[in-house]
Amino acid sequence: MNIYVLLKRTFDTEDKIVVNDGVIEDDGVEYIINPYDEYAIEEAIQQRDKHGGEVTVVTVGDEDSEKQLRTALAMGADKAVLIEVEDDDIEDQDQYSTVKILEAFFEDKEVDLILAGNVAIDNASGQVGPRLAEKLGIPYVTTIVGLEIEDGVAHIEKDVEGDIEKIEVSLPLLVTCQQGLNEPRYPSLPGIMKAKKKPLEELELDDLDLDEEDVEGKTKRVDVFLPPEKQAGRILEGELQDQVKELVSLLRNEAKVL
Amino acid sequence: MNFELTEEQKMTQNMAREFANDVIRPRAMEIDKEGKFPEDIFKEMGKLGFLGIPFPEEYGGSGGDTISYALAVEEVGRACGSTGLSYAAAVSLGASPIYMFGTEEQKEKYLVPLAKGEALGAFGLTEPNAGSDAGGTETTAVLDGDEYVINGEKVFITNASYAKTLIVTAVTGKDDRGKNIISAIIVPTDAEGLTITEIHDKMGVRGSNTTQIVLDNVRVPKENLLGDPKAGFKQFLKTLDGGRISIGALSVGIAQDALDKALAYANERKQFGKTIRSFQAIQFMLADMAMEVELARNMVLKAAWLKDQGKPFTKEAAMAKLFASETAVRNAERAVQIHGGYGYMREYGVERLMRDAKLLVIGEGTSEIQRIVISRNLD
Repeated sequence: MNIYVLLKRTFDTEDKIVVNDGVIEDDGVEYIINPYDEYAIEEAIQQRDKHGGEVTVVTVGDEDSEKQLRTALAMGADKAVLIEVEDDDIEDQDQYSTVKILEAFFEDKEVDLILAGNVAIDNASGQVGPRLAEKLGIPYVTTIVGLEIEDGVAHIEKDVEGDIEKIEVSLPLLVTCQQGLNEPRYPSLPGIMKAKKKPLEELELDDLDLDEEDVEGKTKRVDVFLPPEKQAGRILEGELQDQVKELVSLLRNEAKVL
Repeated sequence: MNFELTEEQKMTQNMAREFANDVIRPRAMEIDKEGKFPEDIFKEMGKLGFLGIPFPEEYGGSGGDTISYALAVEEVGRACGSTGLSYAAAVSLGASPIYMFGTEEQKEKYLVPLAKGEALGAFGLTEPNAGSDAGGTETTAVLDGDEYVINGEKVFITNASYAKTLIVTAVTGKDDRGKNIISAIIVPTDAEGLTITEIHDKMGVRGSNTTQIVLDNVRVPKENLLGDPKAGFKQFLKTLDGGRISIGALSVGIAQDALDKALAYANERKQFGKTIRSFQAIQFMLADMAMEVELARNMVLKAAWLKDQGKPFTKEAAMAKLFASETAVRNAERAVQIHGGYGYMREYGVERLMRDAKLLVIGEGTSEIQRIVISRNLD
């Protein structure tokens, strides 16, 4: 099977987000593989180990994304592709841009299965996977928590707001992976030492016959701001009756929601 | 001069940190309290290749370098001193001598399972009357036909209850000047006449396995002799040099954990209407802790780098071990002090660091021995 994984490099979940003049500061920030993409990598490796074939991890990002690709290789992926796009290259880069680039990349590829994360934890749009499938003209299933492939048919368990929907769909196919699908492995130490020897292809827009204008975003970012800081909670005291009265009065006069 | 870690070293550090935080750290308190060796954690570490970091793939290793190994020991030790000590001893003392001095057959037979983490290694040098004064070794190995017959006693041997093979040092004869010739011999732990008893109730690193070993007419084939029969003494000095790097790395881990915990507590604890972090008395302690842990780490990595470059590193390894272990003791003590009364309680996890750190200025050569080694290597 030709298995592809779409990977995004994101902020470490433990980093504090600092916004300055409408821009998120990235000084001293640690980057990681988008946690949902880790499920995709793990699933890709497991499917390959079961059915044979090759796992290729693809990312659209700047040159620093090589680190996350190497980690995916250390986990067990076979090849990696970095489609290098520097931050300021593309105007209003958004999901449209990323899908356009990936569409061009997959144009001449034989694909059986593409796996992506359910969402990226930074912008959390969850759009790149489904929109790419649409462009490639292949079916897609989002938020999967189970995948068995038999004779070219995928038996999928999809998370539907906590319930499970069972779906059968033929390959080629794109899925996005939800928490619960698997337990992503740690890269093994021999894997880490070997990762450098595995092929990592670097492509630019030129190599995909794309111009910067072709991939200009369709959305504009108007503002970036942090949510207001949470106020400390209050615990009411006294008789239950009085507490209810106080609560209603607070909701009416202070919070002004009644 | 380049202080940047390589891609592989960084990945090793990240992976070890993640594994230690997810798997080891949540267990650290229980491991200490119950004094129970975490065998399951070692199985998992084995599968991930932790135990084979500095050995080539052909011997079941991960094909990494000493720096990567030191970074991994630091992260494991940062999460749990007991696990860190067992790990460092398994690789540096149990497996390394076979890699450095073993024949091809010995490496195939004994190193491969150790590097793959299928078994743990142990190194029996210390005796009731001989430790760093290895010349005073009383255990003897006498050749009888094709076998060595070994008699003697070893103490404070790490990991032996969980080991399939031991390396023991023994007197095999006398040289021309009448001095004892000391050799290293590989002994399977199921050999007849070999008794391994666990020593419970230690002050710290309580989850690591510490044993006493009695060898009573233990017979092993003479092919089990490790390396040069005449140079056993030199061999284990070399083994100890490498071991010191790992004890240094473990010390850095504990010193770092002490700093992390002290800093977090200082930021949180309020007295006189402010966090105690805003008091200079605390700031000065935190600054000293951070400075010393950084210096210790640099020295450990320098010694590891020298070893990787094939350059002499005896003096640097002793300096790294000495400074890092004393830093761990100081930082743990300061962390308890910053925590005040809470620090004296087990729940806050800093009193454990104090107990664990104390082993590091004693084991694998006391601080005093390190100073002798350093002094001996001054021109």
